[in-house]
Amino acid sequence: MFLEFEKISRSFGGVRALWEVSFVVEAATIHGIIGPNGSGKTTLINVVSGLTGADSGRLLLEGREVHRLPPYRIAALGIARTFQNIRLFSNMTCLENVIAGQHLTAGRALIPRLLRLPSASVEERRCREDALSCLSSVGIENRAGALAKSLSYGERRRLEIARAMALKPRLLLLDEPIAGMRQREIEEMESLFRSLAEAGVTILLIEHNMPFMMRLCSRITVLHFGQTVTTGSPEDVCAHPEVIEAYLGVESC
Amino acid sequence: MINGFFIGSVYGLFAIGYTLVFGVLDILNLAHAAVFTLGGLTALWLVAAAGLSIWVAFLLAVLFSGMLGLLLDRVAFAPLRRRAGSNLSGLISSIAMAIIFESAALGIFGARTVRFPQGILVNRVWRFESVTVTSLQVEIVLSALALMLALTAFLKYTRTGKAIRAVAESERTARLLGINVDGVIALTFSISSALGGAAGILYGLYFDALAPDMGRSIELKGLAVIILGGMGSIPGAILGGIAFGLSEVLTVALTGTSNLRDAVAFTVLLVILILRPTGLLGRGRVREA
Amino acid sequence: MTVAFLSQFFAVYGSLVNFIGINALLALSLYVTLSAGQLSLGNAAFAGIGAYTAGILTMRFDVPYPVSVAAGAGLSAIIAFLIGLPVLRIRGIFLAMATLAFGEVVRIAAVNLDITGGAQGLVGIPNKTTTYTIYGVLAATVYFLAVLRGSKIGWSFAAIREDETAAMALGINTAFHKTLAFVLGAFIAGIAGAIYAHLNFIITPGEFGFSAAVQLLIYNVVGGTQSVYGPILGAFILTALPEVLRGVPLAAGPLRLGINGVILLLVILYLPNGLISFFRGLNRVS
Repeated sequence: MFLEFEKISRSFGGVRALWEVSFVVEAATIHGIIGPNGSGKTTLINVVSGLTGADSGRLLLEGREVHRLPPYRIAALGIARTFQNIRLFSNMTCLENVIAGQHLTAGRALIPRLLRLPSASVEERRCREDALSCLSSVGIENRAGALAKSLSYGERRRLEIARAMALKPRLLLLDEPIAGMRQREIEEMESLFRSLAEAGVTILLIEHNMPFMMRLCSRITVLHFGQTVTTGSPEDVCAHPEVIEAYLGVESC
Repeated sequence: MINGFFIGSVYGLFAIGYTLVFGVLDILNLAHAAVFTLGGLTALWLVAAAGLSIWVAFLLAVLFSGMLGLLLDRVAFAPLRRRAGSNLSGLISSIAMAIIFESAALGIFGARTVRFPQGILVNRVWRFESVTVTSLQVEIVLSALALMLALTAFLKYTRTGKAIRAVAESERTARLLGINVDGVIALTFSISSALGGAAGILYGLYFDALAPDMGRSIELKGLAVIILGGMGSIPGAILGGIAFGLSEVLTVALTGTSNLRDAVAFTVLLVILILRPTGLLGRGRVREA
Repeated sequence: MTVAFLSQFFAVYGSLVNFIGINALLALSLYVTLSAGQLSLGNAAFAGIGAYTAGILTMRFDVPYPVSVAAGAGLSAIIAFLIGLPVLRIRGIFLAMATLAFGEVVRIAAVNLDITGGAQGLVGIPNKTTTYTIYGVLAATVYFLAVLRGSKIGWSFAAIREDETAAMALGINTAFHKTLAFVLGAFIAGIAGAIYAHLNFIITPGEFGFSAAVQLLIYNVVGGTQSVYGPILGAFILTALPEVLRGVPLAAGPLRLGINGVILLLVILYLPNGLISFFRGLNRVS
């Protein structure tokens, strides 16, 4: 058991965004979260990444309580995320965005640089190479020198994923990572996520694209009005009566 | 004590200009103080050099200030609106225009402190108990209040006024509703600057002194007032202005000197910004684009 | 031949060269804070704190010059730390106003306290600063800031400036780094102030007020903040130009002041990244 949600609740001024959400995520799996708009999916990710606190309940990472930690501590535990409305460093190039993401993994200490020690330039080169490989794993290495704000929508989503990967995370939180992508891009992302999971990264994935989720996720949690409806394999979730009811007329499995 | 009320109403009038522009554009117009100065000096010139009566001069100077506002919008703010950028650009632009206006004031009117000629206004003095009130003071307060009330009524009841409020609420929606947003913004600037100029004239009459750097002292006080009253709130600016004026007088009365007056004011300002940046009556939420 | 020319040049423009150096240093102090996205207008006040502290120490207590300067800068840094804790939680324009208010409080304190000499200022500070001192400190600061930019701290600043929330998600402790940027800026401003105090025998409160604070911002905007050389360029142009124009008969007093405003306007409208963006090559870190 890698990540455990234990009755996580969160309200915003009287509106219940999350209510006693409980489920478990296994290590090195791709765990999906689905639900209608406003069901609390992004709030849940925000709780995990520390951006929002939980009013009650606990969140456990490998048995350790993490729900009270500030975002930068969460990241230091190896948890990286992307944002639903994309938060890139627009005035930096793609490469720079990823290099900025290396905050936790690269030393870049001040003293060696002030003294112009050779170790500093060796490290600088390594950082660049690592950053380039992050970019190429999402397929945008040819845009390395382009400003982030000049990228297409799909490219920007991919850049955000590349930046999250620069953290070398154990747990990757993806909030609608393929929204707005073309079919070919989606297929590339699918194989990227699969290979990440095979390499041992646990992925928590929010998406609305049902076929995508069915193919990719080993387990899925369904949220509705901030509550967990069910958690299980894609087939079980699809057959669940409440899920069918919640999605009736929208998108079926 | 009453003095605090009088000067407070002038502060309020000045602050309304700041808050009006901030409410509609989310921009702090630091050229406002320069318009304040130019308005006062222009009125003086009209009276002293052209021999006009104070009331006519007042009107003309206020109109001139309004035109300065249009100029500000045209030259310094409108070109930036097309850019996606931050509100910092607008602030910098206003600083640039402030410098230009101030140099113009210095160049045209010279660096000396000047005063309105004697006898342009009949000044009666009344005494109640221990309180001394001059008719000048009353006229100043009434003018200030009249302008403030006129503005409030304008915003509330006229079509244009509602258009301004719509743009303040959400620029995008206003555009979709067919409102001429650029025109509304230009108008807002004119009104704001006209009021600033009016405040400058009243200030000059009250203190019987005008100088090219008179904007300096009121610039920061105006900022303090709108933060106190809440950025974007006109009633807040009015109340804040009066409160500020009263607190100034109070500080002088309590400490016996005028030295710490401003220090107290700015410390209060600092505390408010830390505890409640939106001020007493300010809008708590962020404006939509 | 060259030596004669140089000493002639210095005789005429010596004090201008000194002023440019000090202003460049002050501009850099704001540059640091801006590089983390914090619009602080309090650096003129921090310079004042450094100036008065160092001046008083040298004058009244016979403290050696380097120690006074260090003490002045140190006090600025400490006060910045204390102020920064509550104030840096405020965003954007409100932070600017809070630091402006702070600056005014400092200025008024300087006007009213006996130890600072009141409105007349502190008179009789020994002259210990030479042009070499100023430019030596400036060079060291430039080197330090240039290196800082490519270090972990520099990258953290840049990330916070672009998007604070995303920066947090990358593991950056934003509160710590914002405070660091603020304190570092105050420290540099304090050094600049302390050095300045020992330049001309006298310092007055008015030199560290609202106008000065705005000037520093203008140096950064005109010069550009994409590179460490931007603020220096801005300080150079805006300090030198009015003085150079002094010799030109057409440029009367008010016009010289107005020109700074015009330059600022032209830059913000047409060259928003500052004049330094003409020299693109020096810009990017990677």
